[in-house]
Amino acid sequence: MFNKTIKELSASLTSGKFSSEELTSAYLARANSLNSEINGYITITEETAIADAKAADQVRASGNAGPLTGIPIAQKDIFCTNGTRTSCGSKMLDNFIAPYDATVVEKLKQAGVVSLGKTNMDEFAMGSSNESSFYGPVKNPWNKECVPGGSSGGSAAVVAARLAPASTGTDTGGSIRQPAALCGITGLKPTYGRISRWGMIAFASSLDQAGPMTQTAEDAALLLQAMAGFDPKDSTCVDQEVPDYSANLNESLDGLTIGLPKEYFGEGLCADMEQKIQDAIKVYESMGAKVKEVSLPNSSLAIPAYYVIAPAECSSNLSRFDGVRFGHRCEDPKDLTDLYKRSRGEGFGPEVQRRIMVGTYALSAGYYDAYYIKAQKIRRLIKQDFVDAFQEVDVLMGPTTPSTAFKIGEKADDPVTMYLSDIYTIAANLAGLPGMSIPAGLSNDMPAGLQLIGNYFDEAKLLNVAHKFQQETEWHKQTPAGLDL
Amino acid sequence: MAIERSDVEKIAHLAHLQIAEADITGYAQTLTNILDLVGQMNEVNTDNIEPMAHPMDATQRLREDQVTESDQREHFQSIAPATEDGLYLVPKVIEQA
Repeated sequence: MFNKTIKELSASLTSGKFSSEELTSAYLARANSLNSEINGYITITEETAIADAKAADQVRASGNAGPLTGIPIAQKDIFCTNGTRTSCGSKMLDNFIAPYDATVVEKLKQAGVVSLGKTNMDEFAMGSSNESSFYGPVKNPWNKECVPGGSSGGSAAVVAARLAPASTGTDTGGSIRQPAALCGITGLKPTYGRISRWGMIAFASSLDQAGPMTQTAEDAALLLQAMAGFDPKDSTCVDQEVPDYSANLNESLDGLTIGLPKEYFGEGLCADMEQKIQDAIKVYESMGAKVKEVSLPNSSLAIPAYYVIAPAECSSNLSRFDGVRFGHRCEDPKDLTDLYKRSRGEGFGPEVQRRIMVGTYALSAGYYDAYYIKAQKIRRLIKQDFVDAFQEVDVLMGPTTPSTAFKIGEKADDPVTMYLSDIYTIAANLAGLPGMSIPAGLSNDMPAGLQLIGNYFDEAKLLNVAHKFQQETEWHKQTPAGLDL
Repeated sequence: MAIERSDVEKIAHLAHLQIAEADITGYAQTLTNILDLVGQMNEVNTDNIEPMAHPMDATQRLREDQVTESDQREHFQSIAPATEDGLYLVPKVIEQA
């Protein structure tokens, strides 16, 4: 049961092989007994999960079931969940019981999805290793001495360890794709504005986007279907029709033009990782796709621009955590300034404080043009590189990460080295483009991810391209050794 | 560009962050490293490039000025650190003469 995809579980629910209550109970028992090994969940919501599963079984009995009715998944602890602690991986929100549901949570609930619990993450989604969480690092199920990636590290690890059939994540600079790659699962970051950000605790509002983390592209299509769509409560959400993401999964790739950005195959890419990516490209060629080298000349500027824009927006967004209306408040404040300063000093961990300070500096008087405006100009150059590339090709491919998962602690003391682990993922966020990571083999027994980047609102094409690969290969079915399924 | 201890103290004050004395030197070093990384932006000429704030260059959507939310003050204040009579409590701001 624990190795089944959403699609397979849905078929079993339909045929009556088991009920959602039975399925959910089995996953809860598994998560409760094995979570301590990987620390993937911050909170397991047993009571609400069982109640929601029972309700889903009733919906099914009344003949109104959809493809997700009664399917249990895990939710990243960045999505506000009414009545449940929503910590965002931070001491600041350790006591925060969200008073409402995020739009993503509400939409998945409406589709009949059952939430098993809230997953561990880098504090306020700031990190690439899940080591900045107040709740401790998540361990990579493939090798527990390694990081699962981040910031959606818990969401990736619980799917890889089969403590949930699928999960939700968010991606500001690679936070869905990088952990999906390092944990050997499928992750999709949609086009900016495709999914509502309402109730999703903001890190960098012009970059943040939610998405599904699953075993297969087919499952990602099912979850995206339920998550996507216009929401008047998010002023940056794009009002565009949501296509049927499952309709074209099997479309032939004959004649598809794949662009390989030469900047994604240069210095810094591990040789064996490059081999895995080239092997994957050969699979596509065998399916009739054509390959073309392209250039994204401003790629090297993506990380520098990102580390102005993201911290600047973070310093503004996180000013709401002031110890007054919710969240952590320091003991015995002597005056209002003391209340603000100590509540924030105690509530935020070092990486969050660092980014708030970088952002505060970049936005301060005299530096705004040199940093923030400069970064926004570079952002346009980066977008234009992609617009030019998509004149020539249908989809871009390359590695999701320069190497496989690194050791816990290896990069923890050096923020700049840590930042470089997102070298291939950040540009898609700056441009607002959809991106995916799918398993493309093992390098020294650790998963390697193939990254796909599509044109604006071309999620259906990305899912088609990913699904066809998964029909030809078995990499997405690989699981860590020693998983007791 | 090197960030000094006094810069860290000033930035932390602007950001309303209480930082331990022992951490200031470490922050000065990592902030310097981050700003060095960010400084690579200056390698490219961006004259006459329009800054980009939104991937689709969308502008702020406006809506009718209508009441759409119900009053949930008690619900929202149930998670507040300190309230009284429907108000959020903070330390006294205005001293009595």
